[in-house]
Parts: sequence; C-alpha cells; structure tokens
Amino acid sequence: MSRLKKRFADLEKQGAKALVTFVTAGDPTLSCTEEMISALEAAGADVIELGVPFSDPMADGPTIQLSSERALAAGTTLPEILATVRKARVTCQIPIILMGYLNPVHAYGYERFCTDAVDAGVDGVLLVDLPPEEAGELLPYARRSGLDMIFLLTPTSDASRIKLVNEIGSGFVYYVTVTGVTGARQVVSNSLEMELANITGKVKLPVMAGFGVSTPEQAAEVAGLANGVVVGSAIVKLFEKHAGQQLKQELTQFVQSLKQAIS
Amino acid sequence: MKYPDKNGHFGQFGGRYVPETLMPALLELEQAYEQYRHDREFKQEFDYYLRQYVGRPNPLYYAEKLTRKLGGARIYLKREDLNHTGAHKVNNTIGQGLLAKRMGKKRVIAETGAGMHGVATATVAALFGMQCEVFMGEEDTHRQAQNVFRMKLLGATVTPVTAGTATLKDAMNEAMRNWVTTIHETFYVIGTVAGPHPYPMMVRDFQSVIGKEVKRQHKKVEGRLPDYLVACVGGGSNALGLFYPFLKDNTVRMIGVEASGYGIETGKHAAPLCAGSPGILHGNKTYLLQDEYGQITHAHSISAGLDYPGVGPEHSWLKESGRAEYVSITDDEALEGFSTLTREEGIIPALESSHAIAQVMKMAPSLSKDTTIVVCLSGRGDKDMHTVAEALGVAF
Repeated sequence: MSRLKKRFADLEKQGAKALVTFVTAGDPTLSCTEEMISALEAAGADVIELGVPFSDPMADGPTIQLSSERALAAGTTLPEILATVRKARVTCQIPIILMGYLNPVHAYGYERFCTDAVDAGVDGVLLVDLPPEEAGELLPYARRSGLDMIFLLTPTSDASRIKLVNEIGSGFVYYVTVTGVTGARQVVSNSLEMELANITGKVKLPVMAGFGVSTPEQAAEVAGLANGVVVGSAIVKLFEKHAGQQLKQELTQFVQSLKQAIS
Repeated sequence: MKYPDKNGHFGQFGGRYVPETLMPALLELEQAYEQYRHDREFKQEFDYYLRQYVGRPNPLYYAEKLTRKLGGARIYLKREDLNHTGAHKVNNTIGQGLLAKRMGKKRVIAETGAGMHGVATATVAALFGMQCEVFMGEEDTHRQAQNVFRMKLLGATVTPVTAGTATLKDAMNEAMRNWVTTIHETFYVIGTVAGPHPYPMMVRDFQSVIGKEVKRQHKKVEGRLPDYLVACVGGGSNALGLFYPFLKDNTVRMIGVEASGYGIETGKHAAPLCAGSPGILHGNKTYLLQDEYGQITHAHSISAGLDYPGVGPEHSWLKESGRAEYVSITDDEALEGFSTLTREEGIIPALESSHAIAQVMKMAPSLSKDTTIVVCLSGRGDKDMHTVAEALGVAF
C-alpha cells in the first residue's frame, strides 16, 4: 500500500482529519528544507507538499511568489529537490508530494521524472498548470512508476470536470476553496459547506481542502467539511520572518496548533 | 488537416495548460467564439468597426525609394501603423471586445509590453463602455510612459507589475492571477497569438484581416501572389495575421523576425524560435527561453513589444513543419532599419516593426527586381522616441 493510502486509511480508522502542510523546497536552502520535513512530521503533519519553485508562478499570491524567488536565488533545482527527499526518507515516513508547475518537470523529462521521483521517495505530484485534459502524456509514466497524480477541483468546476478528475486522479483530490490565487485570507467562503458536500459525495478519493487557510480556527472549520485541510501560505510566511532554530520552533508550534485544532 | 485540433494543439504545441479555476472559463470562451465566429451579425459588426473606426483597409504601400536604395526586390509596406491607435493590435481588441460584450462581461483586463495592446484594449473598453485594467511590467511603464498616460486618459487603470523581471511576461502572470480571482465578471483580452486555447486561434483569426487585405491588394498591383512575407515576431500576432491567409499558397515564403537584442551569442536576446527550446508557459506549449531546469530566463530587446521569452504556439508549429522560416535581428540592426525607413520614406516605424525592416534591408539587395516582398509595418514609432533618443545618445 502506498504511503498516502496507508496514511489516509489510518486517519479514517481513527476518525481523524488529515493535515497537509506546504513548504517551498529550497527556501531558504535545501538543507533547511530537509530539517523542516522532519520537524513537520514530528509536529503532527500528515502529508507534506513540497513546492518546486518556478520562475513564473501564475497561480500563486505574493507570499509563495516571494518564497519561490528566495528558493531560486539560492540555486534550487528539481534534481536537488529529489536528492533532498531521498535524504529525508532515511528517517521520515510522512507522505511527500511535489507541487509546482509543469515546465521544470517537462525539462527534466516526464518518464525519467516519474522513475526518479518514486525512487527518491516522492509519493505524488500536483502540477497546478496541468489540467486533466493535458495530462495524457505524463499519466502513463506516473502510473507505471506508482507516482500518484493529484488534481485540483475549484468552485468553478462543474459535474463533468469533477467526473474527469475522479476518473484519472489518484492519491487525493485538492479542493481549492477560493476562486483566486494562493494566500492567507480573513474568512472562509460561506458556500464552502455546500461545495464540499457536493465534491466529497462525487469522488472516491479523499478530499483535501485549502487555499487561504491561515489560522487553527479556519483549519478546523475547513477540515470539518472535508477529509483534511491544506495550509500553505501561512506556513511559508514563517520562512519570511524566522531562520534556524527559531524557525523550527515557530513552525513546530504552529503545526501543532493546527493539528490540535482539527483533532 | 486543420490547425489547431479541438483541444487547441498545433502538432505538439499549444493546448490549455492552466490552473483548474480557468478551465471552465476557457471552455465557455471557446464555445462563445465557436458560436459567434460564423455568426453573420457578429461578422458584420466586426467588419463595420474595422472599416469605420479603425480605418481599414489600410494601404499596401509601394516603398519605391527604399526599393531603389536597396537595388533589388520590390518592397511593399502593409500600413498597420495607420490604424486608429497606431498599430495592428486594435484589429484583435475590436474582435475580443465584441465577444466580451456578447458574453455579458462588464470588465476587461489585458497585459501589455510596449503599451500598444494596452492602449488598444483601453480604447475598445471606452468605446463599448466597459471597465478596464491593464497590467504592465514596471520597467515598461517607464520605457513607455506616454502609452501609460494614453491608457489613463482612456479611463483604464494601469497596474505596474514589480514581480520577476517587471516586463511583459510578468504582466501576463499578473493578468492571469487577476483573471483567476475575478473570473465571473472579467474577460481577459490577450494581445497576442499566445496563451491557452482558444486565444492563439482566436487572435490569429481576428488579425488575419491583415493577410486577407494584402492578398487582394498585391494581386491588384502585381497581378499575382507576393514572393516573400516578412514580419516581426514577439508573441507573433502581426506575423500570423499576415501569414495565415497564405499558408496554403506554397510559393509564398514567410519569414518571421525575432529580436536578438545584443546578439544571440550574448544570451541577451528575445529569440526563442531561433535559440530556445520547447516548454510550457502561460497556458501553452511553445518555444521558450529557459535554462536546463525549466526556469524561464530573461529576455532582452530594445523594443518592449518583443521583450518576451515565449512565442505563439502556431509559430512553433510553422517552424517545426518548415512552412515558415525564423531569423533574428539585433538592437543595432533594428535601429538602422528605423533610421533608414524614416529617412527614405518619411515613415517612422515602431521599434518592433523596425526589426522586420532591417531583415528586408538584408535580403532585398540580393533578390531580383521581379521579386516582391511584403513587410508588415505593424505599428508607428511615436511611442519609441525616448528609447531611440537614448540609444542614439541624443538629448530629447
């Protein structure tokens, strides 16, 4: 059983919700990322989304844009991110998915990427600018190597698109809770309950909901409506303000508070 | 086979590589465009505005003096610079504006480099009574301050973009982000034959009025098809507008001119077709300037309108299929083209179009006097006075 499947099965047995946490790989350095993977696992995160930085992040708000710029300025590349996951895998069991844009994966080569990613210990991939319609080239390689392909659904997705994602996606479905870019928001949309009930009723995979979730209270509210919650920009913001041991402490505290809130 | 296919692919290029939030909007747009492109009333209205508002057809002007100076092929200029707003961009914004109106959208957004597309969008927004916001790289707002002012006069909001390289590609990122956030009320008017399907096809269709007129006009004076078509290529909308109606005319050779900036060998250029490789950016697969890890690299050109690391996917396809050829012209050569046309014909071209002129200056002398070249003079040069003065080292 894949690490993702096992984790979701365990959570279901416990009647618990999943906490999915996002950090940008290489912000500020990859050795820091390696350390933070352990810290996130220890603090109670259930899944890590490791952002692969891209020069033109068109679906991201300012927080993740700046984080990507910091990572790229530090010379972060996809091969080195895979090497970092490989190192982290020696001690960590937490499911790790790579999240980013298609072009770095295209430059790496689809077939080689799927093989190398699984080999390094990556469990899935979510490419923001790869909708199901364009996934035909990458999908066979991903399936062959056992790399889950995670797709997005949004408030604008109609029944036919939900069906499409249900058919070809694996791992989980990422529900984007807002019609917008990534980034912390003050309030959670009030139509979310209805939207998520609609989605969870229609897809067989676990549904993780995110975009804009920034406080433990919001996390609890969103997680209550889905199988889990994704927190991204609010975590990445900690990397703007802190470094070293202090960063680790702040990160641990914040993730613990999120986990506690959704339990 | 007709291109693009139903999912917007030109061979391996094109497609719809966008975040999920945009997919339903693109499908809705595609459906609306399919409905109206064959609609008689829509076509009549489009033709009406092109004729009465833009001033089409514009002339195919025989550049006799330039021809004599170069001593070879006969050179014709397609005078898109004479359009209302001063460039070919308005052909497309009229089309998309009419479509936005029919789709009930009250707000339009656009990205712009040199500002010509921004001005053309703001113009149409004023004409059709829509709200308009234009995203422009901060560096370009300085290079093209006059166009910023024009857009503001027309009632548009101009939002400078500081992210990334603060040029056209970043303006496009920001426009996409804004579109993702305001999708229900907003129509995104893309200014070139790039972006996700159906934009490359739709913009090409609206711009193909250029080539259709050339075909008729050239036939009238020369009694036959032209031998060469030459146009500058940033995203590539004026080039495709000129080329497209001639694609099946195999005797007509097509040359797209990219900007090689300081020279291809310096790495500071904007010539993805000549020196880039295929990848995915801004919703489509196409030739790009990128490093070995798939990060988009900085483009450079003296002309803001060509300063873009990608190119329309149909150009990538025409390059790969061999139907069109792509060459490049440096900043210095473009300036030479600029000065030459200004002095010889009394026509001040945009720096973008000056690249095409420079290419004609290279090829015309060695061609016979029976040969004809049609070059697309995509825009007028008023907007470039500051840049040219600076490059020539003269006070303005």
